[in-house]
Amino acid sequence: MIPAEFEYSKANTVDEAILALSLSEAKLLAGGHSLIPALKFRMSRPSMLVDISRIQELKGIHEEDGEIVIGAATTYAEIMADDYLRSQLPFLAAGTSTIGDMQVRNYGTIGGSLAHADPAADWPAMVLATDAAIEVKGPEGKRRINATDFFTGFFTTALDENEIITAIRIPVPPEGTVGTYQKFAQPASRYAMVGVAAVKTPGGKVRIGITGLTEKAFRASAAEEILSGKALDDNNIDAAVEAAFRDTEPMSDRFASAVYRKHLAKVYLRKALLEIA
Amino acid sequence: MNITINVKVNGVKYSNTVEPRLLLVHYLRDVLRLTGTHIGCDTSNCGACTIHLNGMATKSCTLLAVQADGMEITTIEGLAKDDQLHPLQEAFRECHGLQCGFCTPGMIMTAADLLQHNPNPNEEEIRTALEGNLCRCTGYHNIVKAVEFAATKMKKEVAV
Ligand SMILES: Cc1cc2nc3c(=O)[nH]c(=O)nc-3n(C[C@H](O)[C@H](O)[C@H](O)COP(=O)(O)OP(=O)(O)OC[C@H]3O[C@@H](n4cnc5c(N)ncnc54)[C@H](O)[C@@H]3O)c2cc1C
Ligand code: FES
Ligand code: FES
Repeated sequence: MIPAEFEYSKANTVDEAILALSLSEAKLLAGGHSLIPALKFRMSRPSMLVDISRIQELKGIHEEDGEIVIGAATTYAEIMADDYLRSQLPFLAAGTSTIGDMQVRNYGTIGGSLAHADPAADWPAMVLATDAAIEVKGPEGKRRINATDFFTGFFTTALDENEIITAIRIPVPPEGTVGTYQKFAQPASRYAMVGVAAVKTPGGKVRIGITGLTEKAFRASAAEEILSGKALDDNNIDAAVEAAFRDTEPMSDRFASAVYRKHLAKVYLRKALLEIA
Repeated sequence: MNITINVKVNGVKYSNTVEPRLLLVHYLRDVLRLTGTHIGCDTSNCGACTIHLNGMATKSCTLLAVQADGMEITTIEGLAKDDQLHPLQEAFRECHGLQCGFCTPGMIMTAADLLQHNPNPNEEEIRTALEGNLCRCTGYHNIVKAVEFAATKMKKEVAV
């Protein structure tokens, strides 16, 4: 399988990448593990690829202004190995280790995953549950998009055409925060048939991000409301699981029917809530 | 516009001018004639094309040759030292870790990455590490045994 022809350039800085994007029908290339398969099938035929994988300012994890800042071009393998992130929110490393396989994790990036917005990708659920902001930069400068506003539909996001994701900013969790990511993986691709990320703060606030179920990742707000400030006991968990997906219309495909997906979502939401109870 | 890339493959430096759309696996097989790296699928699932890029296992069918510019690549051809097979190669032979052998180069390159990071993996860790490599012949059991065998052998070599 051979992609159609395109031009290729390597960007050394974010501003160079933004400029290249605005000059042509270019597409950004990070890890390439979603884009290159699409090029091979010729589902995507950009005239130019701008390689952002070596831009230093997009790499690595650090703390700044009370936020954990993950550079957009940080790979999954780097996320899993980061001691600081593991000390703050260990479930993010564990959740990342469920993505694809070792080779994919060595090259795929968090920014690529969010920009691609595959309805079965894992990180969308994790940015929702951690109340992250997606930091983006375009010709007009920087802005922050709340994770809850970022995913707008099937493979679509709130990113403007010439914008690039620069970082994922997660509020440093108050001490005693617990989180988990529970996933039923599609057995062949290991994408999420259903993935549930759940976080509970010491103040009793619960946030739940769901992926795989519908055409975009979302917060399970009905369940969050039932649980906030309450004990995560059997009664409350039952009520939350019952309410969570009452109005959701799950996807249906050759891997799982809508009815089965909804059933999985309930089972995995319960698992997640028991984990953080 | 074609692009000139400089790479080091199995310790040898190469400089080639390639089309941006050339996949790394095609560069290795068709330009350098290193045909030990296989192509088993179109969907990035089978792992037969696994190589090391700067020491890390990656699927060379899902990378462009231009992305490897400036990097070091190891393919299955680069594992043996002179006449001495790599412990993993020896282990696959010893434990019958292959039948047709099509998946073997990829299996070995992935297992080599695992053993670099975790010289003492248990069975579950081996199976998890090999999730991105498919074998249609062996049923995997002997592959897992081979990786365990190689790990033991490599520890002994370090101890000596
Ligand atoms: C075999 C296989 C199994 C996989 N399994 C899983 C899985 O289980 N779970 C999962 O979540 N994912 C899975 N993936 C997808 C993987 O996580 C991808 O690597 C990821 O979705 C995309 O990241 P990337 O860096 O490779 O992006 P690329 O492929 O380089 O880019 C993807 C898209 O995002 C755009 N983009 C990239 N970076 C940015 C940026 N900084 N700003 C704006 N736009 C950008 C690109 O232009 C492109 O449109 C799998 C992939 C493969 C090949
Ligand atoms: S050829 Fe199948 S994963 Fe690369
Ligand atoms: S030995 Fe035949 S595919 Fe693995």
